[in-house]
Amino acid sequence: MKKHIIGFAATAVLAVLAAVPASAHRQWLLPSSTIVSGDDVWVTVDAAVSNDLFYFEHQPLRLNAVKAWAPDGSEAPIENASTGRYRSTFDVHLTQRGTWRIASVSDGLMGSYDLGGKTERLPRGTTGANLAERLPAGATNVKTVESNSRNEIFVTVGEPTTGLFTPTGKGIELAPVTHPNDLFAGETAIFQFLLDGKPAAGLPVTVIPGGIRYRDQLGQIDLTTDAEGKVDVTWPEAGLYWLNVTTPRAGGDEGAAETAEPQRRASYVTTLEVMAP
Amino acid sequence: MQPLSRAALTGLTLGLSGTLAAPLLAAEPATMDVTVTIPRLKVAEYHRPYVAIWVEKAGGAAKSVAIWYDYDMKNNEGTKWLRDVRQWWRVSGRSLRFPADGITGATRAPGTHKISFSRAQLGALAPGQYILAIEAAREVGGRELLRIPFSWPGKAGAGGRAVGKAELGAVSISFR
Repeated sequence: MKKHIIGFAATAVLAVLAAVPASAHRQWLLPSSTIVSGDDVWVTVDAAVSNDLFYFEHQPLRLNAVKAWAPDGSEAPIENASTGRYRSTFDVHLTQRGTWRIASVSDGLMGSYDLGGKTERLPRGTTGANLAERLPAGATNVKTVESNSRNEIFVTVGEPTTGLFTPTGKGIELAPVTHPNDLFAGETAIFQFLLDGKPAAGLPVTVIPGGIRYRDQLGQIDLTTDAEGKVDVTWPEAGLYWLNVTTPRAGGDEGAAETAEPQRRASYVTTLEVMAP
Repeated sequence: MQPLSRAALTGLTLGLSGTLAAPLLAAEPATMDVTVTIPRLKVAEYHRPYVAIWVEKAGGAAKSVAIWYDYDMKNNEGTKWLRDVRQWWRVSGRSLRFPADGITGATRAPGTHKISFSRAQLGALAPGQYILAIEAAREVGGRELLRIPFSWPGKAGAGGRAVGKAELGAVSISFR
């Protein structure tokens, strides 16, 4: 029963995120390693959408928006990509030393328009580029807001670098105070989150340890970004963690959202590996 | 230019005081001997551990003095598991290139091994408190980290000891 309610709430949130696949549940990218040594190294990544972390048991994450960037900022190929029943998988050849980014980023528009005396919602998948063709003839009172979703992971060969953390200024982004590939159990990491390039105060941040299937309590850590957009996370133990940041929903229930002005939506997901000291 | 000449002066001062002090005190030890015991384990699949040895000083960067790994595999493939020596990888290894001059060495068989380091190798140039850290990680096995505090200059003779429980046996240091 509890699971059902959580699933329903997630559906409600995702339904307004036009750019995000319509499935409920948690999205994640899971790398084979986040800290890598060696001269000719690869990382392989599982990508899925599921309730329990990190078990592929519901839907694969579609790879159409997944890209990789080398430490120098150049785009790198996704190789051996495959999408199965429950998960997608792909490899990235880590040909440079430093910190790599692998991300699925999507931007869209949501909103409404009036036609024939009724207010209609913009169809899912609307973007700035296709807005004109998606709007029916005679639509008036068009209201749009951007929605951005970012699901990304970091992998470091050798020494961590920060060249890839220059913000794009769109959606929610991570500006690491603590490097995301330098996390140790018992230590406190500080992360700053930006919304459209500016420190984002008051954003809810959710951190959930992996391995949910084998314990009774979710172990969720709920945090809120401070005035500088920062949160402190003290890692209770080594392992993989799922971190999610979303713009808070104003109002409350679904009915209110239908009639309210469209609200800016952005979400951020990352998977973090915390090492044993 | 300023910091450089100050460093040179400091070096000169240290050098002079060392020279002047020598006739009064016993000569300061110039070498640290480290005795490392790698335990013999009864396991179905045994691989010699990767072992890293480094020196830490409060507030300073760690200095690697030895890393024993499979350095002679084709295409340098043995470096793939260096990150499993995880504390060392964090504090020093990840910023090095391999093979690392004067640091890289072959893995060692179970038994007792003695290795020696000069003061310069240890990076123990300023007098003070240091820690010698030794970490072992074994393929299909475990990992263990030991720390032995020492002060430089050290007194000739035995200087500290730690005993591992799993992947390392007794580790001791002495000065001469």
